[in-house]
Amino acid sequence: MKKTLITVAGLLLGTSALADGHTPVLTVYAPDYFGSEWGPGPSIEEAFEAQCACDLQYQTGDVLPRLLLEGARTEADVVIGLNTDVTKRARESGLFGQHSVDLSALTLPIDWTDDIFVPFNYAHTAFIYDNTKLDGFDSFEDLLNAPDDIRVVIQDPRSSISGLALVLWVQAVYGEDAEAAWARLAPKIVTVTQGWSESYGLFTDGEADVVLSYTTSPAYHIIAEEDLTKSAAIFDEGHYFFVELAAKIEGTDQPELADQFMAFILTEDFQTLIPTTNWSLPAALPIDQLSEDFQNLPMPETVLFYNEDEAAALRDGAIEAWRSALSQ
Amino acid sequence: MAQRAVPIIAALFVAGLVIGPVAAVVWRGGGVTALSAADWAALNFTIWQAFWSATISIALAIPVARALARRAFWGRSALISIMGAPFILPVIVAILGLLAVFGGNGILNAALAPLGVPKLDIYGAHGVILAHVFFNLPLAVRLILQSWLAIPSERFRVAASLGAPVFWLLEWPMLRRVVPGAFAVIFVICLGSFAVALTLGGGPRATTVELAIYQAFKFDFDLSKAASLAIVQLALGLGAGTIALLLARGDMLGAGFDRVVQRWDGNRVLDTIWITLASLFLLAPLVAIFAAGIVGIADLPSSIWAAALRSLIIALGAVVLTMGLALPLATKAGEAASLLGISVSGLVLGTGMFLIVQPYVRPSSVALPVTLLVNVLMALPFVLRILRPGVESARADFGRLGQSLGLSGWALWRIVYLPRLRRPMGFGAGLTGALAMGDLGVITLFSRPGEGTLPLAMYQLMGAYRMDAAYGAALLLVALSLGLFWVFDKGGRAHAVV
Repeated sequence: MKKTLITVAGLLLGTSALADGHTPVLTVYAPDYFGSEWGPGPSIEEAFEAQCACDLQYQTGDVLPRLLLEGARTEADVVIGLNTDVTKRARESGLFGQHSVDLSALTLPIDWTDDIFVPFNYAHTAFIYDNTKLDGFDSFEDLLNAPDDIRVVIQDPRSSISGLALVLWVQAVYGEDAEAAWARLAPKIVTVTQGWSESYGLFTDGEADVVLSYTTSPAYHIIAEEDLTKSAAIFDEGHYFFVELAAKIEGTDQPELADQFMAFILTEDFQTLIPTTNWSLPAALPIDQLSEDFQNLPMPETVLFYNEDEAAALRDGAIEAWRSALSQ
Repeated sequence: MAQRAVPIIAALFVAGLVIGPVAAVVWRGGGVTALSAADWAALNFTIWQAFWSATISIALAIPVARALARRAFWGRSALISIMGAPFILPVIVAILGLLAVFGGNGILNAALAPLGVPKLDIYGAHGVILAHVFFNLPLAVRLILQSWLAIPSERFRVAASLGAPVFWLLEWPMLRRVVPGAFAVIFVICLGSFAVALTLGGGPRATTVELAIYQAFKFDFDLSKAASLAIVQLALGLGAGTIALLLARGDMLGAGFDRVVQRWDGNRVLDTIWITLASLFLLAPLVAIFAAGIVGIADLPSSIWAAALRSLIIALGAVVLTMGLALPLATKAGEAASLLGISVSGLVLGTGMFLIVQPYVRPSSVALPVTLLVNVLMALPFVLRILRPGVESARADFGRLGQSLGLSGWALWRIVYLPRLRRPMGFGAGLTGALAMGDLGVITLFSRPGEGTLPLAMYQLMGAYRMDAAYGAALLLVALSLGLFWVFDKGGRAHAVV
């Protein structure tokens, strides 16, 4: 509280860009999970501050809505943790500037040449199950054909990014027949939650047998808990690609620091922090530099992905197919 | 003159705190938009589930409150305190607790399986209503119980000696006075349901207005749509408040000797059954939460204590501000105005406040004060519902006496009214503190790392796969909320005149 008042006082005196006198501040907007003590934020901050002679400060919350509310007046210099579902709107806002990062180091399973958004980690949407209770599924068809007493929990595409990725995934696999596919999955869906955390909590509590999450989720259980019972089902049809991005604010008052941070994202220092803090695959790190546990994670051979224009065109229809099949 | 001005200023302040942010969102969104067919369907479901949730909560609360009012037993006071816990639980924790009892692998299904009973499925509209009853039954019981205990004991004695029908003579008029207001406040709070409705509703069938607002804000960044839906929420809240005020008639019973009730009527066995069933329903999920959390307590990071302290400061601040506003607002119009605060989506309220403060200060520097303010708005209708009957009785019964003694203004409050209001004020303060502790609220829009509250830390732990630690944080949260509630509630009851 007191600190807050001091901060307010400091702002009123017009010293926002300077902390302790002369250290320049780089303000980074990030999602809550990213900036939290248990996310990748703190270790990335430490690594960057070791080389920038600056003070990296996160502001956490709903990144893009907040940025759009603030408009050109935003204090953000860099934004991290966007994904391809919002890049179109973000791009159209005109708030973001072009990066000058060399993208040749990227190790993504798809081509990435965007001049504004730089990927920093990725995974694929996947269904996670307990391998001591289920045999797993080799394909989406296999999951749809499974007995109806298998309990699946997913996230709502209208309130959750992973939920939206799932409806696009179904769209990519089934196209015109998406609604019919949802109708086959519907009896197995025990419930739909607002966000990922609630779903995953239901799964770890045993309320669901299968949960929509990411191909990298088992890594947390293997590395942090030494629990080998959680597996991602790898489907023959392929998996929807899920990438997280960073971008520079066009009107930043710290353009050099912002550029320096953008370049830092694809360096080994940053990339090696990702696996065990964000439980994802680094966007620019050769596979042999990953830990053995990560190297051993089963990964899909086929990656499905809609670029932002395709996704924007398909989104409403894909959500409607989901809604109508699950409302029956 | 000055005495009249205080309630008006308080009412304007509260209304301004709600309408200002909504207006800011409308302005920024460039006006309002028409609702789509899906919005109307969501509105329909929202009203339907809120109506049944409130109806069932009240219908069950009446026999439970009556049983508690006329039975004295060991641990009664502690039971009444603990039974209040569901109301102050963070939503996600309550859902996990309920599922531990009523879920597919829950205690109930495990108990029924050997009997050959088919598995109960909690997911669906009935699950939503079950959860809302779980949240709101304790509140309804306490509100009604308080009015029951306010019936002067000598009335019961007279009725008993005359063999008169106690229910029609004494209890029915009391219920007519208290039930509409209790119904309205529960109805309005259920209108705002989102995560409960979605998770236990089993999917898109259970789409509420709040989800539509969330989607408009988060994915479409359609502020105009979000604002339009918020205005619908305002209208519903105001409508419910007005209807409740019109229905809430029934004469006050006048002053008695002002002592705790002794009763000679009622069926002991039936009362015991009601108390037992309500305790099982409300306490079993709490036990499950305790069991899940106790393991994770050891995993809690040290920063959790700082978060807990911040939450505690917010809670205490909310108590002071809420009580300060509630006393002058304890009138019919004040109670109706306060319903505005809980009818509007916290997301819209938070966004509006963000838009208002943004030109002047960095929003993250006012995250905690804004959180506090929103918590005050959320607690006011409950506190007013708790306080108003007491304030009105005190005015009716002792106002003239006070005036004849030449007391007015603050002296009248301090000497005559406040001592009579100790019990409801303690309850109201406890509820405010506990609600503020557990509220995730608007902080997600404003926060800065290292300045989060306890509920936020709990969500962050969940988001980082640390479910055990998150359940530990939830247990800590519940324990602190309950502790705070207990201290105020008990403090109000100790040395209370009534």
